[in-house]
Amino acid sequence: MSTFNLKVGIAVTGLVLAAILVPTFERPPVRSEQGGFRGTSMGTVVNPRLRAANVARNQVPPALEAADNEGDRAGTLYENVQLLGDLSNAQFLRIMQAMTEWVVPQAVRDNPDSAGGCAYCHNVANMASDEVYTKVVSRRMLQMVRTINNHPHVGETGVTCYTCHRGQAVPTAAWSRPALPQHGLQAQTGKNRVSVAAGLTSMLVDPFTPYLLEENNIRVISGTSLPRYNRTSIQATEGTYALMMHMSTSLGVNCTFCHNSRSFAEWAQSPPQRATAWHGIRMVREVNATYIEPLTPLWQANPGGPPELGHRVARLGPMGDAIKVNCSTCHRGANQPFYGVPMLRDYPELRTIREGPARSAALSPQ
Amino acid sequence: MAEYQNIFTRIQVRPPAPYPGVPLPPDNDARDGKPRFVHLFGRLGDAQIGPIYLGYTGLLSIFCGFIAFEIIGLNMLASVNWDPVQFVRQLFWLALEPPPPQYGLRFPPMREGGWWLVAGFFLTASLLLWWVRTYRRARQLGMGTHVAWAFAAAIWLYLVLGFIRPIAMGSWSEAVPFGIFPHLDWTAAFSIRYGNLFYNPFHALSIVFLYGSTLLFAMHGATILALGRFGGEREIELTLDRGTAAERGALFWRWCMGFNATFESIHRWAWWFAVLCPITGGIGILLTGTVVDNWYLWAVDRHFAPAYQMPWPATPDPSVMQGAPR
Repeated sequence: MSTFNLKVGIAVTGLVLAAILVPTFERPPVRSEQGGFRGTSMGTVVNPRLRAANVARNQVPPALEAADNEGDRAGTLYENVQLLGDLSNAQFLRIMQAMTEWVVPQAVRDNPDSAGGCAYCHNVANMASDEVYTKVVSRRMLQMVRTINNHPHVGETGVTCYTCHRGQAVPTAAWSRPALPQHGLQAQTGKNRVSVAAGLTSMLVDPFTPYLLEENNIRVISGTSLPRYNRTSIQATEGTYALMMHMSTSLGVNCTFCHNSRSFAEWAQSPPQRATAWHGIRMVREVNATYIEPLTPLWQANPGGPPELGHRVARLGPMGDAIKVNCSTCHRGANQPFYGVPMLRDYPELRTIREGPARSAALSPQ
Repeated sequence: MAEYQNIFTRIQVRPPAPYPGVPLPPDNDARDGKPRFVHLFGRLGDAQIGPIYLGYTGLLSIFCGFIAFEIIGLNMLASVNWDPVQFVRQLFWLALEPPPPQYGLRFPPMREGGWWLVAGFFLTASLLLWWVRTYRRARQLGMGTHVAWAFAAAIWLYLVLGFIRPIAMGSWSEAVPFGIFPHLDWTAAFSIRYGNLFYNPFHALSIVFLYGSTLLFAMHGATILALGRFGGEREIELTLDRGTAAERGALFWRWCMGFNATFESIHRWAWWFAVLCPITGGIGILLTGTVVDNWYLWAVDRHFAPAYQMPWPATPDPSVMQGAPR
């Protein structure tokens, strides 16, 4: 073989290898920390470079100045305050301002017609009116925040509107049903294409509908060593696997954060985080089924957001369903949202949301 | 001769005129194609291409294989709305999926796994016909049938995965999808569903033979190349009449590890390791779900999965705690 041929061969091989390796593998350093019994591979794998970048993306905004709890209650000062009526005037206005900054897009707040963003949800001529649909949505969202902050999943960290919204009217990390071709030679199985949700595998493109909206069985592994007690299929196992891949990528953790991978099923050997995640799945189901999905008619009536305020952002997915919550909506690659900074502590107002009516008449489009 | 020391082939195995092959018994077809030499092939193996023996098993095998290949490919293409760009981009993710569990062993609608069964039938027919071909060609050449039986070991694993075990389980849905990543995802899900295949002793044996095969292959290939300067590539002659190459190879391994195979026995080692890999693997797959449903718990029952003291308190299952949400 001539030297020239050899060089060309080496160059081509090098290019092909680089094309495969560079986009496939994560650039080091990768640190692995042992967590379980020695030798059991219960490691936590962290890339400090990627971790630092994600920490920078997950910073809590500076808290607004605390408000005093003096004077008459908001419920007596204003009309139609259904959920935050127990707050003082200062507290009430503070939380309204915070919600505006958390949820209303900057472009809308900069628009002088929006009255500093208030008009995104209010008729500024009559603040008590429920005619702008986003106000009705916000009320339901406050009830949702109340539910979440009392849920065993959340603990002391707590959530505010910002945990999901991050200054956007629609949280950017969310899901809706994907539009999949229906006319192939095979009936659509929802898999066997690139699934971003399932970590670029070929498993379910949408592992959310069956497990985070509907209550399909996630447990697939037999509790007995011998057969006949568990009829779960391998396809169903792939569904669970896809959901777990979503949880893993959303939380920025590997399997052994919650499981002892020698036996994914066994609770007795699992790290305690698994119980937190178990509650998280139930919490997301409740959020999607009780709070998000029932608001769909309002979004169908206003598919681009509040009228006449510009900055149209789709309220519905390509299949016309609501844009719903999954693990990444709050977590964003952190095993605790904002890496555990308890943002709720700066907003005690969000701990005094009244029970309120489960549904208001305004829930249907007006 | 010294050229053989190189780890790359540097000589062309190329006679002055193409070798027509030995005459065959009268009930054999004539071999087709005008033989010729291709330099590139000579770098990888023998430079001569053809003449090839077609025969009806070979032709039928290629025909059935082509049908299976087309069914799988067209199903994949249809699954991306016949978009050739998406077909190429997502090719590794696309699949032809077996039927869902509700159909059991019945023939499902074509859209729901029927095509999978048809493709599987033709692929299996193709493999079995090719097996007959390897067996019969070996017999006609007066060879032993070692190649055919090694191939049969691979077909055994294939049949266990796609045919024997699904029938034993009573559902085609237990079979493997046709697709690059889908069959890998299936493999991972299979291990998870059945409680971690690493605790399956036959899986362990299969891995031993798999890795052992690569080790033996590397040891043997390296030994023969290293003995090239003494004519070590004439392995069979040296089996019967040990020359300096065989002696030196034997001494090398005896000095290094105290034991050595012979020029004959190393091929038995390699053949058995290669053949036992799919045989033991197939047994392990066949026992999964039929005899054992959770290999980890089975290993606990059999006292070979050790118990470890984890540095956290045992996590109770929240779903069995009082007042837990569903």
